[in-house]
Amino acid sequence: MTVGNKENEEFAPSILVFSTDSISDPGIDLAGSSHLAYPSTVSVISLPCSSGIKPKWILHAIEKGFDGVFIAADGTDCPFLPDCTTRTAKIADTAQSLLKEKGYDPQRVKMGAICSVCAEPFANHMRNFFNALQKIGPAKKGGGKDGI
Amino acid sequence: MTERKVGVYICHCGGNISDYVDVHKVRDVVESEDGVAIAKTTMFACSDAGQQEMIDDIKEQKLDGLVVASCSPKLHLLTFRGVAKRANLNPYQYVQVDIREQDSWAHREDHEGATEKAIRLVRAGIAKVRQSQPLKPTEVETVKKALIVGGGIAGLRAALVLADMGIYVYLIEREEKVGGWASKFSVMYPHDKSGKELIGELLSEVAKRGSKITIFTNAELLKKGGYLGNFDITVGIGGDTNEAETINLKVGAVIVATGFDTYKPKQGEFGYGLKGVVTLPEFKAMVEASDGKLEYDGQQVKNVTYIYCVGSRQKADVENANTYCSRYCCNAAIHTSTLVSKVDPTVHQFHLYRDIRTYGKYETLYEETQKMGSVFLKFDEDEPPVVDSSDGTLRVRVKDLLTDREEIEIDPDLVVLVTGMVPRENAGLTNALKIPLGRDRFYNEIHPKLRPVETVIDGVYIAGAAQGPKNSSESVASALAAASKAAGLVMKGYTELQPLVAYVDPDKCEWCGLCAEACPYEAIEKSTDEQRGKEIATVTGMLCKGCGGCVPVCPTDAIQVKDYEDHTIMDAIDALLEEV
Repeated sequence: MTVGNKENEEFAPSILVFSTDSISDPGIDLAGSSHLAYPSTVSVISLPCSSGIKPKWILHAIEKGFDGVFIAADGTDCPFLPDCTTRTAKIADTAQSLLKEKGYDPQRVKMGAICSVCAEPFANHMRNFFNALQKIGPAKKGGGKDGI
Repeated sequence: MTERKVGVYICHCGGNISDYVDVHKVRDVVESEDGVAIAKTTMFACSDAGQQEMIDDIKEQKLDGLVVASCSPKLHLLTFRGVAKRANLNPYQYVQVDIREQDSWAHREDHEGATEKAIRLVRAGIAKVRQSQPLKPTEVETVKKALIVGGGIAGLRAALVLADMGIYVYLIEREEKVGGWASKFSVMYPHDKSGKELIGELLSEVAKRGSKITIFTNAELLKKGGYLGNFDITVGIGGDTNEAETINLKVGAVIVATGFDTYKPKQGEFGYGLKGVVTLPEFKAMVEASDGKLEYDGQQVKNVTYIYCVGSRQKADVENANTYCSRYCCNAAIHTSTLVSKVDPTVHQFHLYRDIRTYGKYETLYEETQKMGSVFLKFDEDEPPVVDSSDGTLRVRVKDLLTDREEIEIDPDLVVLVTGMVPRENAGLTNALKIPLGRDRFYNEIHPKLRPVETVIDGVYIAGAAQGPKNSSESVASALAAASKAAGLVMKGYTELQPLVAYVDPDKCEWCGLCAEACPYEAIEKSTDEQRGKEIATVTGMLCKGCGGCVPVCPTDAIQVKDYEDHTIMDAIDALLEEV
C-alpha cells in the first residue's frame, strides 16, 4: 500500500493517530499483541495526554497528505485532567472548523476514547475510519469529495 | 542538513518483526536519512550483545542520538535509555520506535505494507531524535507504603516481606476472612502441610508485625488517583450495602493478588449434573472429609474415574473458550489420587487424559500414583469420553489411544471432572485500576519473562493466580517478585519523573492567563520579565505533570512541552508522509 493519491478503488487512506503514552498507546499495543489486524496505513504519534494536541498539528497532517486524523483520547481514564474528554472534544471541534475553513471535509478528524485495554475497539475504529475515508477520497487537493 | 550523528538499530526480535517486516530494506532506506551516521539491523537489540554493540558504536562514532526500532517502548524504553546512559549519551536523546506491537504484529498479512510503515515510523523517530535535547529527570518523593489487594497466600506472603523491609502495608480483602483458596486446602504437596496450617502460620507471622500490616476485610478498592509512588486509593468497607464506609489511603505502590476461580462445568458437560459426576474441588472436599473410607451418597466408593482438561484447552469456537492450559490441575488430580489410595488402597482409579503435565517434582507423584494402581487412558481431543447414565448405571466410554483406540467402558461410582482455573470476576477493580486483561482474561503482565509482575500502569504490580493459573508455590514466588518490585520503587524514597514538562518562550508570551487557567496543578504563574519589561507565564517544573493541557489554549504558541514541541511533532508528521 502506498500513501497518497491513487485510483479510488485501490485508494488506501493514510491515517494519523494521536495516542497517549499511558492510556491509549497500551490499548493500541494490545491490538497488535492480540494480532488484531487493521490497515498498515495507520501510523501513531504518541503524546502524554490527548488534551495536549494542537488543532494546527491536525491541519498540518491533512494538508501534508494524511487522509484522516484519529484522536485516541484518554477519556475518563486520563491520569492528568479530570475534564480531559471535554478538552479533547474541544480540540477535535476546533480542528474540524480549521479543516472546514480550508475546504476539507471535517469528517477527516475523528475522536474516540481508547482505554489501555481497548484493543478491539481500536482495531474496529481503524477499519471503520478507513472505510469512511475511502468514501471521502484522498485529502490531497482535488483528490477527494471535499469540494476543493 | 543537521550536524547530528544518529545511530539507528532495527531489531529482528528473533522473527517477531523480521518475519513480517523486511528489516534489511528498512535499514537500506533509512541509512541515507539526514543525520544518520550508522544504521544496522540486530537480531535482538535487548540482548547483552545487542546492547554492547550500541554502546561501542555510540562511543566510537561519538553519536549524539539513538533510535532503536523494536518493540513497544512500554517494554524496553528504560533498557535502551540505560544503554544511552552507559555510553555517556543523554537518555533523552534516545527514541524508541515501535515496529512490533504497532506494526509487524498488527499487519501480519501485509508484509509490504508493514515494511513501508516501518520505514515511515523509523523516519519519524529519526526526525524526533534530531530535535532532541539533553534533559535531566525531576525527582519526586514516594510514599513508603504499599497496598495489597487480596489476602490469599500470595497477598499475605507479599505483605510479610514488605513489612520486613520496613514498608507499611495495607491489605484489603473482599471476603470476610483472609486466607483465600489455600485456607480451604487439605494436605498439600510436597510439604504435606494442610493449607489451613500454612495460612495459620502466615497469619501468626502477620500478627507479629503489629501495626506494620493493617488488614481490612469486606473491603474493596473503589478508586485510584494520583501517580507512581503517590497513589490516592479509596477503599469501600462493608460490601455494597448502604452502611459501607470509605477510607482513603495514600500509598506508593499497589500489588494485585486477587487469585482465581474454579471452572464450573456447564450442565451436561461430561455428564455434569448427573448423580455421581463431581468436580475436582468437590471431590477433594469429599476426600478430606472421609474418615477411613470414601463414601458418596451413603455408598462406598470403589471406582473413581477422572476426566482431565475440563474447562481448559478448549477449542476456540466454544463460547468464552478457555484455550489455555491450567497447568495445576494434572498435579492436583494426581495428588488427590494418591490421597485416595492412602484412604482406601482398594479403590480403582482411572485417569482419562489428553496430555499429562506433571512438571518438576510432580513427576515423582505421577510415578507414585501409577505404582499405587492408578490406570491412565489417553483420549483424542476430537473424541472425548462420553458420560451417561441412561440405563441407570453411570457409565464412561472412552477410546484409548494407548491401545490403538480400543473402546473401553467403565462403570464408576464417581466421575471426577478435573476442572481448571478461571479468572475471578473483578470488573470493578479492573475498571478502577485500569490494568489490562490478556487473551485468557487474567491480568496481563508487561512481558512474561522480562517484566513478569509489572503492568502498564506504573507502580501497579500483579502477583499469584490473578495473572494466570499457578500453584501455591508459584503464586508465592510471583508475590515475592511483586513485593521486591514495589519495594524497589518506594524504599528509595524518591522516584524520577520525566523531565518532559512545559516551558514558556518569553518572547512569544503576552500573559493572558489562559494557560494558568488550563492547569489544574497550579504549575503556571504570572511573573515579571524585567529584561523584556512585560508580564509572562512561568512554569514550576516540579508541579508540572507534562500533560500539555496548557499547550493548545495558548493563542501565541508560547507554551510547549519538552520533546513535544510544534517543530518536533510537525517534523514527525512530515517524516511519516515521505514517499517510501
